Amino acid sequence: MSRPVGALLRGVARYTLLALALAFFALPMLWLASAPFDRNPRVTASLPEFTLENFRRLWENPHAVNSLASSVVLAVGSAVVVVTLSALAAYALSRVRIPGRDGLLYLLLLLSSIVTGTAAMVPVFLLASELGLVDSYSGVVLVLSGGLLPAAIFILKDFTDTVPRSYEESARVFGASPLRVLRDVVVPVVRPGLATVGVWTVAQVWGNFLIPFLLLRSPDKSPAAVVMYTFYTEGGQPDLALISTFSLLYSLPVVLMFLFVSRRYGFRFHGGIKA
Amino acid sequence: MAATGSSTEPEEGTAPRAARKPREQDAAGLGARRALAFVAPGLLVVALFLVLPALWTLYLGSTDYRLTGIPAVDPQFVGVDNLTDALGDDGFLNSLWLTLLFVVGSAVLGQAIGGFALAWWMRERTGPLRAVLESLVMLAWILPSSVVAFLWIAYLDRDDGTLNALLHTPGAAWLLDHPMLSLIVFNIWRGTAFSMMLYSAALGNVPRSHLETARLAGAGPLQQLRDVVFPAIRGHVLTNLLLISLWTFNDFTPFLITAGGPDGRSETLPVFIYQTALGSGQLGYGAALSFLMLLINLVVAVVYLRLLGRKRKEERVDEASPARGRQAGAEREVDA
Repeated sequence: MSRPVGALLRGVARYTLLALALAFFALPMLWLASAPFDRNPRVTASLPEFTLENFRRLWENPHAVNSLASSVVLAVGSAVVVVTLSALAAYALSRVRIPGRDGLLYLLLLLSSIVTGTAAMVPVFLLASELGLVDSYSGVVLVLSGGLLPAAIFILKDFTDTVPRSYEESARVFGASPLRVLRDVVVPVVRPGLATVGVWTVAQVWGNFLIPFLLLRSPDKSPAAVVMYTFYTEGGQPDLALISTFSLLYSLPVVLMFLFVSRRYGFRFHGGIKA
Repeated sequence: MAATGSSTEPEEGTAPRAARKPREQDAAGLGARRALAFVAPGLLVVALFLVLPALWTLYLGSTDYRLTGIPAVDPQFVGVDNLTDALGDDGFLNSLWLTLLFVVGSAVLGQAIGGFALAWWMRERTGPLRAVLESLVMLAWILPSSVVAFLWIAYLDRDDGTLNALLHTPGAAWLLDHPMLSLIVFNIWRGTAFSMMLYSAALGNVPRSHLETARLAGAGPLQQLRDVVFPAIRGHVLTNLLLISLWTFNDFTPFLITAGGPDGRSETLPVFIYQTALGSGQLGYGAALSFLMLLINLVVAVVYLRLLGRKRKEERVDEASPARGRQAGAEREVDA
């Protein structure tokens, strides 16, 4: 007699918890789904009076469009630097015996998890001023790449280790030069690894706020992460239509990249797609 | 290329040692010099923009360097004064305490327990409810931080926030009255995804037969967790706790939501360092605080590596159990 009642109660409790969990995670994001399409967006999430007008206005805002372009420059620049330098280093470390190699790799990885942007913001700021890298894209790209390279080298070396050496050997037998072997044999084989590292770098840089906030001075160079922040901290009434549409547009690429990576390769941690 | 003649030498796998050798072989005939040239640019960038800043905190932290004024032109060496000052600085001690609250409340308790609960609930479920919940948790994790910061500012807004509308508490100023609690809840929302994924992977490695045996022996759910599940995923629990603590400790998002306010009541260490060094220009003192932060990071990372090393050794001893071997494999993935 008491058994079905107990089971019922347990079922109710379980679904209540589930509903609470769903609400906890969904509620803060509702606004991002409703406000961009609302004719008169307010801070409260509500059913929108549907319009796409906000997107047209966003397109006419030079700050918003410029900042997305800056984000693309920083993300692509860092991806090129990280993929190129880590691929070269990973290949050499995988194929040529260099004394102290494993120790070096672990030391680098340890360093990159300790020396975070937050912990090193003071010296990073001063270093950039000394090198004349303040307010330049290359400063941001180099600082971010320095932090991402150790993990990238680690991932790519693991990847290269699994590629059979016989491919390179046969190409050598046919008289190809070492660099030609790299370009025509090795790069095509490790391409998925390069793509993973590239996507991972783009995702990291796209969301990074602190480093561009510290190093870029002129507003027209600021990437979306920083401009988003200035949109709602600048004095006066925040323009909610602008903020919401901009948030949605700025978030879209990382969401798409995440879907792409998890579809294509299945989800792997590798320290997470974000920091 | 003459130097790499060894790569063309035929190698017979007669002894086990010789059989391992070809794996290390320079198959493309790169040569030592070119190999160094390949490694050098990457290492240079890392040395300049990662290692040098870390070392620089040591030097800077022992000066009275400032952004403006006389010490900006001619900084004086003050030794460990900055560190002793820090120990008497209420602002610093306050931020250290708030950071501890933040890490323990949001990461160690919130994310770890919440992530485990979610992973446990999802372990044998499929269907739309699970898919929706999982996507929402993941979405909270992958959105850019300046976007989620504003989402929470709007959500907790005093006059018009969705939370006040739902709870019928108009005018409750969450971010002003309970800034630290708000940040902790925010960070649970933000970061639970990682623990959920890690524990999901870990639970996949718990042998089903063990759970079945425990159930047949009459163990309740809590006993099963304690006696079967927890011992099998201990390594993952450790990995998870240390990683999320390290990330939460270094998280700069509180700056985007409360900027440390009101009156420093949510000023975690990263925000305090920013305000001290770049807000009020005390670069020397800020660098000394950065150095302390690096030191704490180092301690966490070294403890982690040592515990991991000890676990590896244990594994080598009882290699017989295939389940543990698989678990170690999953762990290696996480390390990378």
